[in-house]
Amino acid sequence: MKIIQKVGLIIFLIGLSIFTASIFTGSFNLTQTELDTFISEKGYKSEILKEELSKAIVTGESLNIFQFSAKVRNAFKTSNNHYDALISKYNSEKNWTEKGKQYQYKISGKPHSLSYALAKKSGKGFIKENQGLAWFLTFGLGIIGALMFIVPNVIILGPSGIKNDGVFLEAATNRGWIGWFAFIFLVTFYILLYFKPDLIVNWVYLVDPISIFISKKAASQWFLYGFLYCVVMTVMAVRMYIKYRHNKYQILRTTSVLFFQIVFAFLIPEILVRFEKPWYDFKNAFPLDYDFFFKWNLNELLANGTFGLFILIWGVILTIVVVPVMVYFFGKRWYCSWVCGCGGLAETLGDPYRQLSSKTLLSWRVERIVIHSVLIFVLVMTGFALYTFFSGASELIGIKTQIIQDIYGFLIGSIFAGVIGTGFYPIFGNRVWCRFGCPLAAYLGFIQRFKSRFRITTNGGQCISCGNCSTYCEQGIDVRSYAQKGENIVRSSCVGCGICSAVCPRGVLKLENGPENGRINPTEILLGNDVDLMNFLNKK
Amino acid sequence: MEHIVIIGNGISGVTAARHIRKKSDKKITLVSAETKYFFSRTALMYIYMGHMKFEHTQPYENWFWDKNKIDLKEGFVNKINTDKKTLEFKDTSTLTYDKLIIATGSKPNKFGWPGQDLKGVMGMYHKQDLENLEKYAPNNKKCKRAVIVGGGLIGIELAEMLRSRNIPVTFLVREASFWNGVLPAQESEMINKHIKEHHIDLRLSTNLKEIKSDENGHVKSVILEETGEEILCNVVGLTAGVSPNIDFIKESKIDTKRGVLVNRFLETNMNDVYAIGDCAEQHEAIGQRRNIEAVWYTGRMMGETLAQTICGNKTEYKPGHWFNSAKFLDIEYQTYGWVFSERNKKDNEVYFQWQHPKDNKCITISYDTNSNLFLGINTFGIRMRHEIFDKWLTEKKSVEYVLEYLADANFDPEFYKLHEAEIVTKFNKEKGKNIQLKKKSWKRIFSKDV
Ligand SMILES: Cc1cc2nc3c(=O)[nH]c(=O)nc-3n(C[C@H](O)[C@H](O)[C@H](O)COP(=O)(O)OP(=O)(O)OC[C@H]3O[C@@H](n4cnc5c(N)ncnc54)[C@H](O)[C@@H]3O)c2cc1C
Ligand code: SF4
Repeated sequence: MKIIQKVGLIIFLIGLSIFTASIFTGSFNLTQTELDTFISEKGYKSEILKEELSKAIVTGESLNIFQFSAKVRNAFKTSNNHYDALISKYNSEKNWTEKGKQYQYKISGKPHSLSYALAKKSGKGFIKENQGLAWFLTFGLGIIGALMFIVPNVIILGPSGIKNDGVFLEAATNRGWIGWFAFIFLVTFYILLYFKPDLIVNWVYLVDPISIFISKKAASQWFLYGFLYCVVMTVMAVRMYIKYRHNKYQILRTTSVLFFQIVFAFLIPEILVRFEKPWYDFKNAFPLDYDFFFKWNLNELLANGTFGLFILIWGVILTIVVVPVMVYFFGKRWYCSWVCGCGGLAETLGDPYRQLSSKTLLSWRVERIVIHSVLIFVLVMTGFALYTFFSGASELIGIKTQIIQDIYGFLIGSIFAGVIGTGFYPIFGNRVWCRFGCPLAAYLGFIQRFKSRFRITTNGGQCISCGNCSTYCEQGIDVRSYAQKGENIVRSSCVGCGICSAVCPRGVLKLENGPENGRINPTEILLGNDVDLMNFLNKK
Repeated sequence: MEHIVIIGNGISGVTAARHIRKKSDKKITLVSAETKYFFSRTALMYIYMGHMKFEHTQPYENWFWDKNKIDLKEGFVNKINTDKKTLEFKDTSTLTYDKLIIATGSKPNKFGWPGQDLKGVMGMYHKQDLENLEKYAPNNKKCKRAVIVGGGLIGIELAEMLRSRNIPVTFLVREASFWNGVLPAQESEMINKHIKEHHIDLRLSTNLKEIKSDENGHVKSVILEETGEEILCNVVGLTAGVSPNIDFIKESKIDTKRGVLVNRFLETNMNDVYAIGDCAEQHEAIGQRRNIEAVWYTGRMMGETLAQTICGNKTEYKPGHWFNSAKFLDIEYQTYGWVFSERNKKDNEVYFQWQHPKDNKCITISYDTNSNLFLGINTFGIRMRHEIFDKWLTEKKSVEYVLEYLADANFDPEFYKLHEAEIVTKFNKEKGKNIQLKKKSWKRIFSKDV
């Protein structure tokens, strides 16, 4: 069994290495006609760009993606600089007509996006030409290796039960060198994905056939991400099934997040695209889905007839009716650890890191400030977006809606939710985003704290203050501080993963939905001590 | 300002300190020779097993003590001078008190076995024992086998600890079946089986004769009493019970027997000196309890109670219904009320028992054969509600009532398989009754009126 695991690990690492190395393969260049078609499709009017690009990438030379990217970005900048110079020249000459004319030549978007679009069209090489084989050598080996590493645990871990032996003794899970390595890998991955997609264009080729099969369209980097997300979640869900095989709550919860990720976040939106409908994830509620009320999205929905209108109404109902009602009955867990995609990744890929979240009072303070700031941010931004949508004005009190949206998208949407949210798993635990950043979690949290039937019941006086519950709380809740006082846990941040209850060696904790009355039960003297005294003190 | 000095920062001492602080602004000093900050002794095993780091076993952050004006003093008390109301420390410093609380806990029993002080022989009680274990049994290369002597709760925890690092373990148990002085046979046998499932070499009805040394004063092997067999090993764990840690008090004027003798107000014979927790011994047992109760919960309750007295509300120590819990490897155990083993139960106490055909789950309900009064329950592999059983015990419910409403008591996580129906069916069949299981009711579960 141990040998199977070792071989599995080696296979996994080979797959991962090929995957990583594939970035550096292939050659990129275009013919003049290809470039011309591209430019006319995009409607670029800049002659400079055309000229510069021709010089740079219409070449017999075989450029690797880094050289290619540099050249394209250079052309992009040269062109924009040229017109910027003209703009400021006409500006100083107060020649408004000429100045106004120059804007049409400017290229919008990011240099890396232009480079990505060109690279996606122009790549050649092993990956592009052997997509099936290359998929097997990367994804395939990775999946096989990971499963060979995970599945033997059915036997190695022995009888079913809590399996946390060695968690703090191993470099992968105690912020040791493997953890830091994983951290660097994940952070780099997210930076490439969000900001330099052209550099990972070879990875996108790997999933082209799958994308074409599902949506009849070639893959984008977002399809790659969605697919990878599903694969990682599935493999790590197998690990959850084995680790918590005695615990039905964990099994069902894992199945649920996996289902919602694969069907709702991945398949349905792609199939919608196949039928020329807008890409939409029906379970992704505003304000997590922060661009739902952006002008471009509303316009797209409205342009899509009844179906678009249906999505629009559903999106609004989801946030203002479905979410709060469900939180009232079941707590925010129904969303955060049964449905949500971010939660889904955190509960599968992130599970080995849950013990790394900070439990200090200080981190709780920081958490409340940061997460509520994000909520305010998203609400203000949405106010601006709706104002812009209805009034047509692009700015309010001198602030451009677009700028706010860009800042949010960059800081919160990409850096916080992606780079930090997932990249920091191996260092700060698996719910960094959900705990400190997610505005939807903040909203659900208010309802859970003030109007809900959900609580974690503490079983009388049975707590021995061992600390397992707090240690394994991914949200950094000091569960023990309540349990040892005999007090139920009613906290806005609790996502109801149920692990505290699972790891408690004394059967002290139970997640349940019950009457609101008595949900919060401050006690001074715990159950088990003389009843008169208890009544005297607790009713006082 | 009155100065309250507490020797021992375990659960009892700390609980007393916290509650005194809540009710008063007396000066409080917590003295300990073990660690500066309070940690949970019950979690020691998880540190070695890698589930937690030491810091995770500390229930309060380090700033807590300062903020609550509870002074911490590290040092070993050598002597208590009750005339001068002064403590003398090993490092010759002194501390005077107005009121003294002795909460020094327990120490592992050693029964005078030859070789019991060799290197590699240890108990499992203090943090230092854990450090010792880490030193002598860091892995299965350094420690090729460990022998554990004494089949109680700490013994089985130590076995689990060592197995987590794949160290072969031989577990010597004096009784014919694991912990059968406390557990009914059904349960004790289930645990025997489970111990073996974890590849622990369980030796029942086996006593230790002596521990042998190698040339460096390090344990080399143990010899068994019954067979004379020699078992080679590098570590010996002594877990044959604990006794009050009060050697340094014996010479003072404070009365002691096995523990520090106290009355129901937790007062010793000396004015302004109290004792709580594992080290306190009641003159007369309370109900069916033992005179010395070495469990976490009672330590806490004594702390809660004594704080009342110290703060002017003189209060008798009146523990409520007995409860306890433990975990035997993967099997959780809870108990409410009294269930005595076959060896110790009286004639009027009879069992109703149920066991799952495959899983490690079973229950024993004890009741009075004359009145049908429910006396207590042992539950293995099924969690049950403390509050419900506490209420039923107070209300003196019958065994039939308990079975009828058993669904209310279930505390397992959601979606777990429920067994109440099977349990009630078995009861009906065995006792010729016709009890209908009631559906779980939130209203009953949360109704507070007793
Ligand atoms: C491994 C293990 C697992 C356990 N598991 C459970 C369980 O699951 N459930 C349960 O109910 N109970 C359990 N117990 C028992 C429980 O931990 C004890 O009953 C409880 O800790 C006793 O608390 P205490 O405050 O009386 O004393 P202690 O926790 O022993 O604290 C006494 C402190 O006083 C210090 N001290 C003693 N003498 C001096 C001196 N002269 N000068 C200065 N300091 C001194 C000691 O060093 C110690 O730090 C377990 C015990 C162990 C060892
Ligand atoms: S895990 Fe259980 S016993 Fe341990 S501190 Fe938490 S609630 Fe208490």
